[in-house]
Amino acid sequence: MKMLMAIIKPFKLDAVREALAEVGVQGMTVTEVRGFGRQKGHTELYRGAEYTVDLLPKIKLEVAVTPELVDKAIEAIQKAAKTGQIGDGKIFVYELNETVRIRTGETGKEAI
Amino acid sequence: MKLTRFVPLLLAFGCAFSGATFAQDPAPAAEPAAAEAAPVAEAAPAEAAPADAYVAPKYDMGNNAWMMTATALVLLMSVPGLALFYGGMVRQKNMLSTLTQTFAIFCLIAVLWVVYGYSVAFSNGNAFFGGLDKLMLNGVIYDSHGNFVPGATFSKGVYIPELIFAFFQLTFAAITVALIAGAYAERMKFKAVLLFSVIWFTFSYLPMAHMVWWWAGPDAYTSADVIDAMNATAGKLWQWGALDFAGGTVVHINAGVAGLVVAAFLGKRKTISPPHSLAMSMIGASLLWFGWFGFNAGSNLEANGYAVLAFGNTLFATAVAALSWFFAEWILKGKPSLLGIVSGAVAGLVGITPACGFVGIQGALVIGIAAGVSCFLFCAYVKRMLGIDDALDAFGVHAVGGIIGAILTGVYVNPALGGAGYVTDGWLGPTFGYDSAQILIQVKTVGVAVLWSATVAAVTMLLLKFTVGIRVSEEAESEGLDVAEHGEKAYN
Repeated sequence: MKMLMAIIKPFKLDAVREALAEVGVQGMTVTEVRGFGRQKGHTELYRGAEYTVDLLPKIKLEVAVTPELVDKAIEAIQKAAKTGQIGDGKIFVYELNETVRIRTGETGKEAI
Repeated sequence: MKLTRFVPLLLAFGCAFSGATFAQDPAPAAEPAAAEAAPVAEAAPAEAAPADAYVAPKYDMGNNAWMMTATALVLLMSVPGLALFYGGMVRQKNMLSTLTQTFAIFCLIAVLWVVYGYSVAFSNGNAFFGGLDKLMLNGVIYDSHGNFVPGATFSKGVYIPELIFAFFQLTFAAITVALIAGAYAERMKFKAVLLFSVIWFTFSYLPMAHMVWWWAGPDAYTSADVIDAMNATAGKLWQWGALDFAGGTVVHINAGVAGLVVAAFLGKRKTISPPHSLAMSMIGASLLWFGWFGFNAGSNLEANGYAVLAFGNTLFATAVAALSWFFAEWILKGKPSLLGIVSGAVAGLVGITPACGFVGIQGALVIGIAAGVSCFLFCAYVKRMLGIDDALDAFGVHAVGGIIGAILTGVYVNPALGGAGYVTDGWLGPTFGYDSAQILIQVKTVGVAVLWSATVAAVTMLLLKFTVGIRVSEEAESEGLDVAEHGEKAYN
């Protein structure tokens, strides 16, 4: 089992969610976050004064997937979230040691 | 009973008023003619008349209704208008402190106004301060026959109850002191805010209002012989002939200059971040605009043609200034911004304030463009060179816009440029006209307002700096004044 953690552009969330649903992903957790990478920040102007905004708003997705879905899910996120511009985000993949469904007590793949 | 010797507001000399009647140039009392009789005693004809000649004052209900409405509109400008306009521009952690400051200052000044402010601004005294006869609005409500005391307007024989004049002026004093909050936002101790407000109100607002707006009223000018004597009872700048329809000098220059001085004493904020909600600022600016009809058109005291002129200019010049700032920013900085267009609107309102009942469409157009562009250039470029952190541009908008408006009033009051001109009794010259010397009078008046306010603000800040302290601790500043000073947050 793997945990995919993806940082994407906020406006790509719907496309990514649909693409993941298509390949069979059953659930995900979404968080609004801020951060920076190669895109750096941008400047905003208020009454002519420039303010540098270093941290840009992004969406963080966390998706737990069974081994057979890992590659499909990564591909789905990558395709759906890509604009080709700097700042499209990243996908991180972790080992997932255990999963427990709280309602039933099921564990492992059954609980995802 | 004191018929008429009240305080009409604004305005200065011979001016523009409808029925108007009284005449006079700002002639300094040269010949002692009738002048040496004690000015006070002589004014109101009714005072000298035998008791059986008492005539109950008559009021026009339209004027009364308009003045009550106008007074409530100025309250709307202040809370919530000004509070939201400023609040939207600070960080989220200082939102509540900005709202609290505006609300608390308004209430504080309202109380002080009734206790002694009205008397010191609008009763006979010397050319700088009024007296103490009207403490707690003593003698302002009923006369000895139980009728409401009449207050002068700008037309002979036309009165409004002096009481509504006193409360209309209350709102002016309160919003003026609250305007300064834009300069010291996000870092001044609340205790120091209140103490500063009391001291500056007493020694800068009250004398400025007295100097510019206190005069004997049109009925006191019964013939050419009493002109000098009556003029001598007026405030200093009124005697010079200063024109300030609704408060360019008394309100905006006065508050803006004080703001700059306070900001200089406080020093810069530790970190400066973008506004937290321009949606709030837009709502606030819009409420300011709406309420400003009461401020400007109400300053005419009568719901007549000059009130309509002031009303129209408050719409037109504001729209012109809003677009001027907006396009100047678009051209010079690349984007048309919401904060730009609403700041431009406020700059236009400030600019047209001293001029609104004196200038026509040409004047309003020029004042709108000049105020919008100059205030933008000041806030976007000049302020950085000054190195003073006037956080929300109290000086950049109110003092800069006020100075432009005050000086251009002297130019565009000219009937040849579409202005209302001076309307007089004709005792000393033509009944209608203009004199270009007005421009110099306006410049001198601006100079007095700047120096007076700056001096009072500086002395007050020095005093507070070495007593209660003026700035919150570094920790409180980074935590935000909402929690540090008030123990609450604006948003939970």
